[in-house]
Amino acid sequence: MSSIAAHLPALQVVLPLISAPLAVLLRHGGFAFVIVTAGAWAAFAAAIGLWLQTGETGTISYHIGSWAPPWGIEYRVDRLASFVLLLVSGTAAIVLPYSRASIEREIPRDLHYLYYAMFSLCLAGLLGITITGDAFNIFVFMEISSLSAYVLIALGRDRRALAASFRYLIMGTIGATFIVIGIGFLYLMTGTLNLVDMAERLRGVESSRPVLAALAFITVGVSLKLALFPLHQWLPNAYTYAPSAVTAFLAATATKVSVYVLIRFWFSVFGETLVFEKLPLPQILLLLSLAAMFAASFTAIFQDNLKRLFAYSSVGQIGYITLGMSFDSVNGLDAAILHLFNHGITKAAIFLLIGGMVIGLAKPGAVLPEPTFDRLAGLARRMPLTCFGIVIAGLSLIGVPGTAGFVSKWYLILAAMEKGQFWIVGAILLSSLLAVVYVWRFVEVAYFKPAPEGASKQEAPLSMLIPAWILVIATIWFGLDTSFTVGTATEAALQLVKVGR
Amino acid sequence: MSALQLVFLIPLLGAVGIALSGKWPNLRESVTITTAVLLFGTVLQLLDPVLAGERPELVLFEILPGLNIAFKVEPLGMLFGLIASGLWIVNSVYSIGYMRGNDEKNQTRFYVCFALSIAAALAIAFAGNLLTLFLFYEALTLITYPLVTHAGTDKARAGGRTYLAILIGTSILFLLPAVIYVWHVAGTTDFTAGGILPAGMDSGAVSVLLALFMFGIGKAALMPFHRWLPAAMVAPTPVSALLHAVAVVKAGVFSVVKVIVYVFGLDTLAGATDWLVAISGFTIVAASIVALHADNLKRRLAYSTVSQLSYIVLAAALIAPLSIVGAALHIATHAFAKITLFFTAGAIYTAAHKTEVSQLNGIGKRMPWTMAAFTIGALSLIGVPPLAGFVSKWFILMSAAEGGHFLAIAVLVISTLLNAAYFLPIIHAAFFKPLSDEDEHHPHGEAPLPMVLALLTTAAGTIALFFFSTPLLRLVQPLAAS
Repeated sequence: MSSIAAHLPALQVVLPLISAPLAVLLRHGGFAFVIVTAGAWAAFAAAIGLWLQTGETGTISYHIGSWAPPWGIEYRVDRLASFVLLLVSGTAAIVLPYSRASIEREIPRDLHYLYYAMFSLCLAGLLGITITGDAFNIFVFMEISSLSAYVLIALGRDRRALAASFRYLIMGTIGATFIVIGIGFLYLMTGTLNLVDMAERLRGVESSRPVLAALAFITVGVSLKLALFPLHQWLPNAYTYAPSAVTAFLAATATKVSVYVLIRFWFSVFGETLVFEKLPLPQILLLLSLAAMFAASFTAIFQDNLKRLFAYSSVGQIGYITLGMSFDSVNGLDAAILHLFNHGITKAAIFLLIGGMVIGLAKPGAVLPEPTFDRLAGLARRMPLTCFGIVIAGLSLIGVPGTAGFVSKWYLILAAMEKGQFWIVGAILLSSLLAVVYVWRFVEVAYFKPAPEGASKQEAPLSMLIPAWILVIATIWFGLDTSFTVGTATEAALQLVKVGR
Repeated sequence: MSALQLVFLIPLLGAVGIALSGKWPNLRESVTITTAVLLFGTVLQLLDPVLAGERPELVLFEILPGLNIAFKVEPLGMLFGLIASGLWIVNSVYSIGYMRGNDEKNQTRFYVCFALSIAAALAIAFAGNLLTLFLFYEALTLITYPLVTHAGTDKARAGGRTYLAILIGTSILFLLPAVIYVWHVAGTTDFTAGGILPAGMDSGAVSVLLALFMFGIGKAALMPFHRWLPAAMVAPTPVSALLHAVAVVKAGVFSVVKVIVYVFGLDTLAGATDWLVAISGFTIVAASIVALHADNLKRRLAYSTVSQLSYIVLAAALIAPLSIVGAALHIATHAFAKITLFFTAGAIYTAAHKTEVSQLNGIGKRMPWTMAAFTIGALSLIGVPPLAGFVSKWFILMSAAEGGHFLAIAVLVISTLLNAAYFLPIIHAAFFKPLSDEDEHHPHGEAPLPMVLALLTTAAGTIALFFFSTPLLRLVQPLAAS
């Protein structure tokens, strides 16, 4: 047993990575489902194990093939990494069982095995990005996760899914290119790819031009991936036309892991002195975050398609995460890390529920309709559980106390107050009201508009409702019992921010 | 299990029971009444310890490091808790008559939400710190939303929109940052006699914080954030009666008094509340003038509530020990008088299908009991002895005179006249004007018996509070000492 525990970092990535080719070899939807789900659950178990280990013994350094870093590849799990690993693998463990009924209607049956294979690859890629301590490895895993994500989005039945996927591919590839150029510059200056080693060697040459160029390339590249306003253009269409399960998974994980990469590079590699004191990056990030919070949330209000509405909401909510980063304080980073998690589970719950709603709305055998507002009239009578779940998750987006969203907002406001920036407090609160508007737009249509004639009570299948409601309950749970989320996020923030620097 | 735990458990279990018995209306209503009686009995058990100077506590769990969901019963909360739970019994009896008499739909949802609202109101009453109070303050807004929009019509939806927009808007924009700021500067949000703000806090910051609290607690309906209250009148009358004359609005002014006494402390606020006296004074007079012109009876009562709530804010803003006692007393006396008035409005609607003041000519002959109760409630609000409203008004006037607040005295005098001006004509018309010809041909009597019983009970309570105000005073006296 102890030997397994020692190899958890490798298993974390390897398990989903093997289940992908197995799924392709078997070429059978049912088998692929079993294998990939088992892989994801095993990865989730590994993530829990790693979380426990980092809690007991601190940061874990795992040497792949026993080659000591900086020559060999190091997997490095600190508190932040273990937290993100839990989010990613946990989401996958919940979304996969949901997928089975969901893709039945959304993806042609002969492609089901491909869906599971790509899902598994994407999962492995995201976990790999999070766990690795090697800069080039980050790039490789990012490509794995991105390429599989493009395929997953393109599997959507709507023809616009192809265009959305292509657009994401173009933007994502530009981002990846920028990142690899940045990493190249760093390698040039330090001669190492190991992040810890790199951070040490950067001290002293921080202000040299290649390092600054590397910082610029990596920041812009990652910002594209995490959909920082105004580099978010790929996101709304990708989320809207991807299969529901894919939207839920990507919304909770892909942008969040990119945020993780930015935190990793800024705080662990380049260092706060360079990023936050010598350069105007915090100011730029602050302004872009505010722009996202207002412009994207405002755009969300006017969307006619519910999926697209919540996609824009995601861009706005990412603004809160990056805003927290821009403060460069323990509470600020705490807020960012908390919101990364809290928003992840909240949005995943919403997209899972919408997926079920779309199936409930469809006529048997017909093409699935878009969840536009005119189809949602009186929906609360037909799908009470689905609608109530969306309302609860919506309250978390607003930041109503008792939900997960409130907890992250609390820390965000506290961080702004610490800095004496009371106008930012006002901006955070005002933008929350935009969330009230778009959430209540749904409430009024679903609960007050009369349902069309002859509409019967038609809930989503239980195999979709149960996973979605697990996440809905989690948004309330982590709004009331915050010992896990706040505890881990605070430990992570303390590890990253040099107190009293 | 402690009484304090039961206080929250009973209405929650009651709500479950109501939901389960939804198919059998008689059983469902028995569950409601039983729950209400049990709840009041349990709240009453807390009274003796509180009177003896104890402060029963309950810590549920830690929501954020150093911040608990915690409850602590002190005199002010005890008073509010007794009123909310006690009047819930009467209101439940009344609801049965009203909801059945008017064939309302979705009655199960109505009773479930009602029980949950009472649970939230009690959680506010007994909240031990600001975060707990804020949590249940928002919960109360959300859980009353389905009650406000009960009818499901476009008008109800519009009313619900105003209701949410103002209550959620003010609480997020002003109350939330105020709570976080207190935590930021004081490192605690526990309600403590004498206040928790650090000594020597900048007086400008204190003023801003006070403004954030006063406008952030939108349920206190201080102008210009009062519009949600008339908007909420689209709800069925039992909701207007218990929630929008008692539980919800009193949760607002209760929070105002609680924050002033237990977060700021009277000493910290010395000299910082002049503007609050002015704003609440303005609200009292302006709302009375609007009430004077409102022909819809419930709307008139709603604006009267806006005005009366500001009595309590004004009294708290005088920051004298005596005025705090007056504020606490007014929470009780206004509750009894106003719920009586709403009960009568609902009774008139159910029996005669009338909603406008101008339709009430001669109705006193057909509904003598109802209109007698109306008279008692109205006179109490005007402040006529021997009715409850006189007692609290007396305390507020006394402390205003003692402190030499001439503005406050003037406001109280003017508003008394205005109160008389918008209530007395209704009484006069009901008893002394003849029925219109059309009404002659549509005979009706009193409303269903449960409704009449309920409104007579609260009217009797309005009288009783005058004669038995000593126990009440004994309960709230410690507020003056703190």
